[in-house]
Amino acid sequence: MTNHSAAENQHSVDTKHGAKVASAPTSRAALRKAVVVGGNRIPFARSGGAYSHSSNQDMLTAALDGLVARFGLADEEIGEVAAGAVLKHSRDFNLTREAVLGSALSATTPAYDLQQACATGMEAVIGLSNKIKLGQIDSAIAGGVDSASDAPIAVSEGLRAILLDLNRAKTMGQKAKIISRIRPKDLSPDAPSTGEPRTGLSMGEHQALTTAQWKISREAQDELALASHKNLAAAYDNHFFDDLITPFRGLNRDSNLRADTSMEKLAKLKPAFGKSLGDAATMTAGNSTPLTDGAATVLLASEEWATARDLPILADIVDGEAAAVDFVHGKDGLLMAPAFAVPRLLARNGLTLADFDYFEIHEAFAGTVLSTLAAWEDEEFSKTRLGLDDAFGSIDRTKLNVNGSSLAAGHPFAATGGRLVASLAKMLHERGQVDGRPARGLISVCAAGGQSVVIIMEGR
Amino acid sequence: MNPHNKTSRPQQNSDKYTEFVSRGLGKDLAKRLGLPQPAILRRYSPLAPLVEGPILVVGQGAGADAVATVLLSWHQDVRRHTAPKEKLGAIVVVLDELGHPEQLSAPMLSVAAALRGLNRNARVVSISRQASSTDTPAVAAARNGVDGIVRSLAKELRAGATANGIVLANGIAADAPSAMSALRFFLSGRSAFVDGQFLTASCAGSVTEPDWTKPLTGSVAVVTGAARGIGAAIARTLARDGATVFVVDVPAAGDHLAAVANEIHGTALQLDITSADAGERILEHAISRYGRLDIVVHNAGITRDKLLANMDGAKWDSVIAVNIASQLRMNEVFLASPAFGNNSRIISVASTSGIAGNRGQSNYAASKAGVMGMVWSTAPLLAERGGTVNAVAPGFIETEMTAKIPFATREVARRLNSLQQGGKPGDVAEAIAFFAQPNAAGVTANVLRVCGQNLVGQ
Repeated sequence: MTNHSAAENQHSVDTKHGAKVASAPTSRAALRKAVVVGGNRIPFARSGGAYSHSSNQDMLTAALDGLVARFGLADEEIGEVAAGAVLKHSRDFNLTREAVLGSALSATTPAYDLQQACATGMEAVIGLSNKIKLGQIDSAIAGGVDSASDAPIAVSEGLRAILLDLNRAKTMGQKAKIISRIRPKDLSPDAPSTGEPRTGLSMGEHQALTTAQWKISREAQDELALASHKNLAAAYDNHFFDDLITPFRGLNRDSNLRADTSMEKLAKLKPAFGKSLGDAATMTAGNSTPLTDGAATVLLASEEWATARDLPILADIVDGEAAAVDFVHGKDGLLMAPAFAVPRLLARNGLTLADFDYFEIHEAFAGTVLSTLAAWEDEEFSKTRLGLDDAFGSIDRTKLNVNGSSLAAGHPFAATGGRLVASLAKMLHERGQVDGRPARGLISVCAAGGQSVVIIMEGR
Repeated sequence: MNPHNKTSRPQQNSDKYTEFVSRGLGKDLAKRLGLPQPAILRRYSPLAPLVEGPILVVGQGAGADAVATVLLSWHQDVRRHTAPKEKLGAIVVVLDELGHPEQLSAPMLSVAAALRGLNRNARVVSISRQASSTDTPAVAAARNGVDGIVRSLAKELRAGATANGIVLANGIAADAPSAMSALRFFLSGRSAFVDGQFLTASCAGSVTEPDWTKPLTGSVAVVTGAARGIGAAIARTLARDGATVFVVDVPAAGDHLAAVANEIHGTALQLDITSADAGERILEHAISRYGRLDIVVHNAGITRDKLLANMDGAKWDSVIAVNIASQLRMNEVFLASPAFGNNSRIISVASTSGIAGNRGQSNYAASKAGVMGMVWSTAPLLAERGGTVNAVAPGFIETEMTAKIPFATREVARRLNSLQQGGKPGDVAEAIAFFAQPNAAGVTANVLRVCGQNLVGQ
């Protein structure tokens, strides 16, 4: 079974390589460019904290208003706004449009919701960039928001069925009969979970298996977590976020940031996931992301639109790619899709890992990042699963998540893509030229359902 | 956040007493008990008339005639003599030809005869010449005499009426554009909380007649400390007058700053003005987004009050760093840039504490008196390129900050001026917007108090 699916996977990779690499240069050269003008997010708050009583709409509206203020867009009509939330109330069916209506943007700005789990913001960036490249729109705002604090709680399936029947009942007698079906167990609410519907395992338990599979040590994970906190704290100290974040509800910084954490402190934490592995359990609250509330937005545009408004151009959205793994039946871990998406995207663009100056690999868990890197360095994996002649490669760790990532900042699922794209765009712009070419960056985000979305950007 | 409320303004504490004594039972009661009776002041609106009623121009010389002509060109109802029982909106007394204190008598008695006919919120404005050591003693005595007249009359007037003066430098005509821009300011509701004060017209200024409803059209302005209070009011007022405004405040105040920026269709720049490159970053923002910078309003300021005996280094240094050192450093950057063009404006917010001193505010008063020194010394540097630099010194202004003063102290502080009430953030903003006007080009190196003629200091 596993051999079979491996062969299939390999086949599809090869096909994609061949087809896309051959066709890409001519077809994409005809398109105009989609650029990142800038971004804005609110500080991320650990769930149950500063944003406990803020809704997704509140947070997304605040993030939009900060973006509008940064770029002078009050009452401007934007081509389209796309954003989404992973944990979403059914009443928020038009969440993004409602946020636009509550924001300082023109009320004639269209908007739509989308959702691709933790890759929501990334997919919003790619979709809107493509529309800009095609000339369908000139400007766009991509974003995402999530609240684990204000999460929807549904009634049980039993009660839901009874209530729907009740709604259809016509006579008092029918109604009384239906109401009499309610049992105490029907009254317990159904809260959302991060569990995978097809396995019943939480994301952390899935990653614990992958972490063990790739033999990632506790120490390596804690080192990555420590670097994330140190890098994020330094970025704040260097005023990196002065034009990327607008405060909200009295919070000025990501509340999960622990600037004073240390290897000793991280080492003291007990395993939180993979406890069934016994002594081999390595994943703690310190090297896993906490549930987080927050929102992030990115302003995208054609070059002409940005130039006409004297707005900055920070970076190009060069290309993007989605991938998925069969984590249910196959041998890949739930969060290992980036290991496939990145090689495909790089091949299509004729690039290798050595051609990048910054890597933003979303830290769902430290183990996720390290498992992905391990897979790329693994000759066997690269040959059999990626269809390459040799190991895909390793990356210079000094280029990885240099201003901190999700382990320190937190991870409001749909908001992470916006945070990454805006931050990387600024880093690439500040870096300028490298060896006579624009600074280049890669973003990789894994997502529930065994998915991944990755993006290449170049600085201006 | 209420999605229906796109912009939120911080609530200002209202002066309930003034509302109470302005009508009905409260009005009677205050009158019988001899309590202060502050008036509801006439404040500026672009649509409101310049003054409410005819303007009496007192004075016999060519200067008075010229001023009357300017007022007519502004479509004002001008009188050269009082008519019996006619109510007046303003008296302009032109004293530009004084040679001896004895010559004060005739014009001042004409003013006296008209005082009882003044409407509520009327204006008395003098136009006289600067006394200097090169004058003959009699001329200097006459000219300086006007100072005493205006400050006394300001204390005498009631019902929201004010008295202020324009001082002409030698060689400046009474109807010079700079003097007339100051006259327009004093007559209008812009000067509602300015009382017993003088503006000096040191050169003639430009002769262009702007669109008076939007006099700042085409200008690019930056306001620091604009997230709330007086700074936010300044940003709103400059935008109302037609300027393109970007607002600056520390990143921690960014959410309030964004709301202000969006309300006025400007941009927000989160920036600590004490950072070494603050001036460069403001200039870079101005140039990249708007192509240039015309108006700089240094409003950002902090207080760290302590008696000097209890002062520590952190409290002293932070106040100096924010309130004056940052301004000096930023001004150097602006003055060195061609983007800070001709007709440029720098306007700083000083404080009456910097003029009169205040117990427990030696650090703050040092910084604010320092601002005044900076203004005087920067004026010649800017004059070379047609720019001006001025300061506004607010007295007791109703803000979130003064709302925190204990009730009794606050109530006393409010009444300690000729208008017997606290000012509003907009009153400070109006004075700043006046200095920013192209027509105020000849008005430089002034420190204008917006204090309702507070009893302390000048």
